[in-house]
Amino acid sequence: MRFLTDRKRAEGLGSSRQGTHHHWQMMVGSIALVLLVPVFIFTFGAGFGGTREEVLAFFARPFPAIVTALTLYVAITHFTREAQEAIEDYVHGATGKLLYVGVNLFSWVLIAAGLFALVKIAL
Amino acid sequence: MPDVDRGDRPLSPFMIGPYYRPQMTSISSIMVRITGIASLGTATLLVLWLLTAATSDGAFAVVDGLLRSFVGDVLMLLATWAVWYHLLGRLRHVIWDLGYGVEIPIAEKMGMGMFIGATVLTIFTALAV
Repeated sequence: MRFLTDRKRAEGLGSSRQGTHHHWQMMVGSIALVLLVPVFIFTFGAGFGGTREEVLAFFARPFPAIVTALTLYVAITHFTREAQEAIEDYVHGATGKLLYVGVNLFSWVLIAAGLFALVKIAL
Repeated sequence: MPDVDRGDRPLSPFMIGPYYRPQMTSISSIMVRITGIASLGTATLLVLWLLTAATSDGAFAVVDGLLRSFVGDVLMLLATWAVWYHLLGRLRHVIWDLGYGVEIPIAEKMGMGMFIGATVLTIFTALAV
């Protein structure tokens, strides 16, 4: 124990000075989603359950397309921050860091894929 | 500066059960986290569905068929409950952050409200959609 460096002794004990930003982003996202998600659920519900032609015709319309795109981006970003909190709490060290990076990469791919699908349907 | 004891310090997540009695405050909070992460899975399924709808007849038939099967119905019902629950849970965080309802009896009532509210909203969604 006497041979711990000052850095090692301090690691993990102080503030990273990013918590406030994270918290505020969660608040903004939460309020946006409280308004957006009910609209999305019933819009998506209306578009779900038809043939492929009906689905394509539905999501080509401006309102369903914009609500879906907006919800995809805001919700997936929010869920990623949610996962980040859990990772910071339960997974430590290199595993935690790599898992955090992995979840972010996954979410970006998900957002890109969803937006691509919506653009392709709309055009 | 004293040396840090890096020994066996208790970690909160593993306290639940034998040492820490489940309460409405803790359980309703844990469920917000679980439903939030589960909803990332729901988002993955919906994006997959949209992507196959946009690109291929065959792939869409598989994913759409899966989501509309009995297993898919159960999955969508649970996913809907999770999203509604998470929404109410985050609304509680917003209320707390504005400085209201932090007293334990009110927090417990809101927790109960989240479970009941999510269930009622899920039934309503299943009937309406």
